[in-house]
Amino acid sequence: MIRSRAAGFYAALVLAFLHLPLLILIAFSFNANRFTVWTGFSLQWYRAAIEDSQLVESLINSVIIALAAAGLSTIIGTLAAWGMWRRRAPWLSGALYLSLVTPEIVTGIALLALFQGAFRFLRLPLGMHTVILAHVAFSIAYVTIVVSGRLRQYDRSLEEAAMDLGANEWRAFLKVTLPSIAPAVAAAGLLALVVSFDDYVITSMVAGVDSETLPMVIYAMARRGVSPVVNAVSSMIVVLFGVLILISQRLQEK
Amino acid sequence: MRRWFLLPARLTAWLLIVAPMAVIAVYSLLTRGDYGGVEQPWTFESFTRLADPLYLGILWRSVWISAAATAICALTGFPLALYIARAGKWKNLLLQLVLLPFWTSFLVRTYAWLFILRDTGLVNTVLTGLHLIRTPLPLLYNDGAVLLGLVYSFLPFFILPVYATLERMDPALVEAAADLGATPGAVLRRIVLPLAAPGIAAGCVLVFVPCLGAYLTPDLLGGGKTVMLGNLVQNQFTTARDWPFGAAISLALLALSTGLLLVTRHAGEQL
Repeated sequence: MIRSRAAGFYAALVLAFLHLPLLILIAFSFNANRFTVWTGFSLQWYRAAIEDSQLVESLINSVIIALAAAGLSTIIGTLAAWGMWRRRAPWLSGALYLSLVTPEIVTGIALLALFQGAFRFLRLPLGMHTVILAHVAFSIAYVTIVVSGRLRQYDRSLEEAAMDLGANEWRAFLKVTLPSIAPAVAAAGLLALVVSFDDYVITSMVAGVDSETLPMVIYAMARRGVSPVVNAVSSMIVVLFGVLILISQRLQEK
Repeated sequence: MRRWFLLPARLTAWLLIVAPMAVIAVYSLLTRGDYGGVEQPWTFESFTRLADPLYLGILWRSVWISAAATAICALTGFPLALYIARAGKWKNLLLQLVLLPFWTSFLVRTYAWLFILRDTGLVNTVLTGLHLIRTPLPLLYNDGAVLLGLVYSFLPFFILPVYATLERMDPALVEAAADLGATPGAVLRRIVLPLAAPGIAAGCVLVFVPCLGAYLTPDLLGGGKTVMLGNLVQNQFTTARDWPFGAAISLALLALSTGLLLVTRHAGEQL
């Protein structure tokens, strides 16, 4: 009894270590005082965040980038997962594996080098499009993993039955397979949305002057020093991500 | 038909995953340009410079910080993984609690420690308020802060695979050992740890590898003082403007990361 109580206490301690920093951050985002002394409840930092034009502009950029990148990578990743489910594609899975294990900073500078090299000939500067391309590159692997996981439990004979009844491969995929794996595809899309919205390291390397994202602004503010506005923005991101990931996990269980 | 399904992914993989690496490989063999960028002639100089004591020092620092973070994750994570594996109906909830912070923004999680540890942060404000200290403790911008941030960020990476192996373990084995007179310590050493070994090995690699390539954590919590390989790469491409050398470090880092992951994956398949 005492042993198990000690073990429970230890587990609670480690879980507290994992959760307290974010809970503290959220609590102090409602602090009336700009210093780390609690003087009362206030929403002023949230108001300041909403009224900060730099934050709002970067948020709009982040949303556009995340929607475009998640949309593209969900389509590409789902099609790829289906293709690899039919027959293995070692080169493609190798490349996707590489994109997962490469340190972010290396991915970032490699893409920067590629874009700068390519755009010297095309006379295109860095900007929103380079960020979207970079995000597609690293989020396809996530989409493929989630959708492949679902396809592994999917009964192949359903698709074969559709084709026996005269549907071609594309129609069988679109009318039979896709509807039954739709929750997993949606879950993968949400995951891609989150990883795209969150990225700082790769984005900061390939972004142009007109494509500053929310994490880039948060980073710059955090670097500059104490600003409770960062706490407010961070808290909103924590809650938003929590909700999106919970929805994504529910969808994967379907 | 299948070819058309794979085509978009293949295009993306070649153009945006493989091609950038190829560009880096080419850059690493060229000479630094006067205003950044790269120039001819071809040379191996960037790779030989990796052996410079200055950079070996940074490599060594990255390795020991990553190793320390891995050891701390293993020591704190193993008991928790064991506890969750035996938690019965609470299992899933506890596992969710371990994973949830991992799914919130990496930047925000690192910033949270900045907020807690800085001179005017929570810890120093509380300690000054209690009159325990007069001047703020230097909690931030040192190796300890970076280590803390890495452990905090990657602890779930260790817990998850260890939990997975422990969960599959037959509880009858532990009971049988105990019935035959093994002390709890002996059960742990001779039954649980050997069975959990593949999970522990996987967990260690999954913590060590991202730590080795970490950039944001040493940048924000180390404040430019604790330079790790990731920061060195970034520095060569921005301030130092030595792209060939930055490319060479990137390749070395990539080889180290993928090498470690492949070796353990191979070992894992053999077990």
